[in-house]
Amino acid sequence: MPLLQVRNLTVEFATAAGPFRAVDGVDLEVEPGEVLAIVGESGSGKSVAMLAVMGLLPWTATVSADELSFDGQDLRRLTPRARRRLVGKDMAMIFQEPMSSLNPCFTVGFQVEEVLAEHLRLDRRARHRRAIELLEQVGIPAPEERLAAFPHQLSGGMCQRVMIAIAIACRPRLLIADEPTTALDVTIQAQILALLADLQAETGMALILITHDMGVVAETARRVSVHYAGQKVEDQPVLELFERPRHPYTAALLAALPERATTRILPTIPGVVPGQHDRPAGCLFAPRCSRADQLCRTVPPPVLPPEQGRARCHHPLGSGAPEAAPAGAAPSGAPP
Amino acid sequence: MSAVVVEARGLGRDYRVGGGLLREGRVVHALAEASFSVEAGRTLAVVGESGCGKSTLARLVTMIEEPTSGRLEIDGIEARPQSWAKLRSRVQIVFQDPYGSLNPRQRVGAILAEPLVVNRRGGAGERAARVAALMDLVGLRPEHRERYPHMFSGGQRQRIAIARALVLEPRLLVLDEPVSALDVSIRSQILNLLIELQERLGLAYLFISHDLSVVRHVADAVMVMYLGRTVEAGPKEELFRRPRHPYSKALLSATPVADPRARPERIRLEGELPSPLAVPPGCPFAPRCWKVRAVCREVRPALEGDAHRVACHFPEEG
Repeated sequence: MPLLQVRNLTVEFATAAGPFRAVDGVDLEVEPGEVLAIVGESGSGKSVAMLAVMGLLPWTATVSADELSFDGQDLRRLTPRARRRLVGKDMAMIFQEPMSSLNPCFTVGFQVEEVLAEHLRLDRRARHRRAIELLEQVGIPAPEERLAAFPHQLSGGMCQRVMIAIAIACRPRLLIADEPTTALDVTIQAQILALLADLQAETGMALILITHDMGVVAETARRVSVHYAGQKVEDQPVLELFERPRHPYTAALLAALPERATTRILPTIPGVVPGQHDRPAGCLFAPRCSRADQLCRTVPPPVLPPEQGRARCHHPLGSGAPEAAPAGAAPSGAPP
Repeated sequence: MSAVVVEARGLGRDYRVGGGLLREGRVVHALAEASFSVEAGRTLAVVGESGCGKSTLARLVTMIEEPTSGRLEIDGIEARPQSWAKLRSRVQIVFQDPYGSLNPRQRVGAILAEPLVVNRRGGAGERAARVAALMDLVGLRPEHRERYPHMFSGGQRQRIAIARALVLEPRLLVLDEPVSALDVSIRSQILNLLIELQERLGLAYLFISHDLSVVRHVADAVMVMYLGRTVEAGPKEELFRRPRHPYSKALLSATPVADPRARPERIRLEGELPSPLAVPPGCPFAPRCWKVRAVCREVRPALEGDAHRVACHFPEEG
């Protein structure tokens, strides 16, 4: 049984200009101990979908789903009290900005022990011991002294380690990391990613890594789910995705990476992600896709079977002989 | 082609922090002994992590601040406060954040015309023609002229920022992380634009970035900085293929590679960047280096070599 099962998740925000659909019919399954990466550009709804799973969206959001369950529990029917018992204990989340995720008014020790006091029946001394143990586990030197430090006294990398310590404090079964290294320097990013991978292997928790960096995906994830404009457009194991992308968007995204470039002028994806008012009727990627035809522009594409990467596409790639990536190879002309 | 546009020798900048009426403050050497030159049509990339002095370098080269030591020449003329007014139009800058660097209350036409107004170049008609030419050059449509910055996407806004930087026909563009805030699909559009503009206008670029895959794509030469000092500098191909400073090597190996089959030998650096207030007396990288010996902690290594320079007592085999 999957640990996290999401079927047809849709999130709409009420805005002054009418409802805005940030997540549109997303299906996700996460097995225990799996490492899944969710990739997408800004506005792809990748963070919002996970916030919906955690129940952290503001009241302006309407969440609907055919199924939204964690470990067999229906998350849609949880009372707020039951949800608070679950979130932070069995499923935990870390965010992009470690500095602003921590409360600047309290010491690191207080914030680590707070989650222990909330979820576990530990006395003060046991909490203190466990807090030291946790900071040690995430590789913070001199943990006993650091417990008394305030967040501003620590570097960004150290703050992210503290956030990870808080997230794993109750040995969660699912950890969602939302762009955990985007705000950090390259050498620190490598440290944090290695730490997450080690912790995942050690504890056997499932890890969902939200990112836009294909390099991070390639090195960390085992399965990848690609999101575009609120929809999941492809879902494949990492090797297959990089070698044989099925959805034209995935292929174009990979082709646009400078390290994969063969020419000085990079292949580009013309145009921009559709916004609230210019959502196409058919496939959402059709206006930017070089393979799009009349069918794509009018009829929303079906989700293909797993052998075809669950691509949401009328004309997936690689059904026959391997093809070149179809990125609109036009040099950066004027986008619409 | 090989006209040197900017040349720096021993450039440095100190800042005094803390202190007050009675107490001496401390001195931060944000940048020390930076020497480099960029020719027309070439790109020098400056890479390094936070606190390495790359933003300070940008402030010196754009003549926002005066260096506290060393000498900076633009087009063969020494850049000193007396000559700034004359030289400033030859060096322009594009910032990382296209949301923060455009005035939200100005229309695109006014944003692009402002440098001409400030510098009293041309009449209204000439200015309008110049603005139209630039919008075409960077791939903006004529009707965009009457729009406000908030009506554009991040990539389009970066096009506006680039057009604004080009209005005064500069010789050198300082690009301070120009694509870091952009999505992958937009990033390649802007990189292509920058490459095309350089070829067409013969611009020199000082390209500041922490993204090594981007640097590898656009740069001709690379300068690696650590805690305000250049630790290695050389032609791109050579530096990427055979980095000689342990820090460059670690930085290259830390960059994730978008290939799930590649399992790179990763050098895991211990520890964090020391505060720029307390730069170690010897080699600045010594506390995190895996090859460190006693001499590294005491004697600061000089930047040595011809085309490929490295500041290390025990460089990797070149």
